Amino acid sequence: MELIWQGIVQAFWLILRGDPEVMRIMWLSLSVSGIATLLSLVLGIPIGTAIGLTRFPGRSLVLSLVNTGMGLPPVVVGLFVSIFLWRSGPLGFLRLLYTPSAIVIAQFILAFPVVTGLTVAAMQQIDPRLRMQLQGLGASRLQVLRQLLWEARLAMLAAVMGGFGAVISEIGASMMVGGNILGYTRVLTTATVLETAKGNFDVAIALSVILLAITFLINWGLTELQQLGARR
Amino acid sequence: MTPDVLVAHDVTVAYGARTVLQVSHLGVRAGEVLTIVGPNGAGKSTLLRVLALLEAPTRGTLTFGGAVVEYRPARLLALRRRMSSVFQAPLLCDTTVFGNVALGLRFRHLPAREIERRVQPWLERFGIAHMAGRAANTLSGGEAQRTSLARAFVLEPEVLFLDEPFGALDAPTREGLLLDLASVLREAAVTTIFVTHDRGEALLLGDRVAVVMGGRVIQVDEPDRVFSSPATEEVARFVGADTIVAGEVRERHGELCVVAVGNGQIEVQNDAVPGERLLLCVRPETVALAPAGAPSVQSSVRNSLLGKIKRIVPLDVIVRVDIDAGFELRAYISKQSWHESRLSEGEEVRASFKTTAVHVIRRQAPHEPR
Repeated sequence: MELIWQGIVQAFWLILRGDPEVMRIMWLSLSVSGIATLLSLVLGIPIGTAIGLTRFPGRSLVLSLVNTGMGLPPVVVGLFVSIFLWRSGPLGFLRLLYTPSAIVIAQFILAFPVVTGLTVAAMQQIDPRLRMQLQGLGASRLQVLRQLLWEARLAMLAAVMGGFGAVISEIGASMMVGGNILGYTRVLTTATVLETAKGNFDVAIALSVILLAITFLINWGLTELQQLGARR
Repeated sequence: MTPDVLVAHDVTVAYGARTVLQVSHLGVRAGEVLTIVGPNGAGKSTLLRVLALLEAPTRGTLTFGGAVVEYRPARLLALRRRMSSVFQAPLLCDTTVFGNVALGLRFRHLPAREIERRVQPWLERFGIAHMAGRAANTLSGGEAQRTSLARAFVLEPEVLFLDEPFGALDAPTREGLLLDLASVLREAAVTTIFVTHDRGEALLLGDRVAVVMGGRVIQVDEPDRVFSSPATEEVARFVGADTIVAGEVRERHGELCVVAVGNGQIEVQNDAVPGERLLLCVRPETVALAPAGAPSVQSSVRNSLLGKIKRIVPLDVIVRVDIDAGFELRAYISKQSWHESRLSEGEEVRASFKTTAVHVIRRQAPHEPR
């Protein structure tokens, strides 16, 4: 019990003091996961919208793949990204392994199916007859699309939360493709693992508290936004 | 005669091997309200979607404003912007009442001030001006459908499409909205296609009625004519001629045919030839009943059949009497006269109706929809 309490106190100290190492780790976690989420939104929302709104042969197969992707084990992603980025691998010439970029790539692969799948779900909960109604009111294809995205905007925030939540908390991929290099690719989760292994429970707890706090604050903000929209 | 603004010519809609719509010709006249009636699943809504350019027919052509419709996105958009539609579900967007009514005008890139100017009168016309700022998802069914109607009317379309707009509303709400719509339609004088399965709505709103059954337009006529002279047995059943009996012409005297039916005969006004098979429709409200022993009624009533009462079913203000006269003949009498006549089941009665009250459907004669 004493241990947990010490850890929490230590966490506040580290944050209040603005410990440079902790700040750097926190910042790297936020930016790497933020960029990965952003990229997955840029690609996942259009693709999810397309799958959600159209019918094509093999659609349910694609949808099954996306849904499987939503539960992709980070270590598997880490493994394959490592193989690809390995010095002798197909993308080895990029020299990205053990860089923050490698973590972004791996996290993007993890977040993309989550964002895509949740976008499909968001688009499918719109009344399918609304499209015809909008066309009947003289909407162009683009205007129909824009209106449907507007209708799905609240459900789509779930895609943002889901995508970010999936990557900020993962560890396997970050460890494997980032290498947990101090001051370079060490993120909150990998640092927590290391400190725990070293027996520095107070630091590990501090990092965990920071991780939880970040996740909570971001989801809280998005939820508030969503509920504000729903109440209107 | 006013020109047809919208014409469907040899239009077929098929989903795979299933043909759901087959219309050889249907013209919509400028300024008229054409109601499309028919039972559920008859193809009414498909016909509406094709006419509203929301669905391309599998085969056939549409002419709008004299030009053949080309199914290219840019062309379709331009044509659709001269139309607007309302469906059974209000299908409002997640914004305010005002925002919804303004939607189509925004799609047409009208300036905000112009939108404001045009939306306001229609909010008032449909009695929703006081809730202009309310979120659409807080509206009742009736309010939502009023918003949907205003959203379509504000576009001042050349053709307006209404697909069962009252289908999902409860009776009192429907009544109020129906009367409002009837007066708006009269004032606006906009060419309107109104799909309904409700005969009353068709009668109240339609300048003409198109009866659709089994994917075909069976009859297009003024409402009175459709109801008094249904083209086929199916139409007759749908519009409510409860008694339909097959018979064979025995003799003809001038305009009068004597048709053998069941165990008696009925005289009708028709130029059918002896030996021809006919379907006779008798609307229940034209049949008068008297006890079998009562003295015969006035001479203008040529048809007088004896039968036995099979069933008496008291309805709202009328009583339905089913008589076995060799075929089943149905009569509606007022509750008053039922009480006075003291008719009871199993009793012998004399049913009488005029020759002109019988509508004749000639079986051999082709009833091509025209």
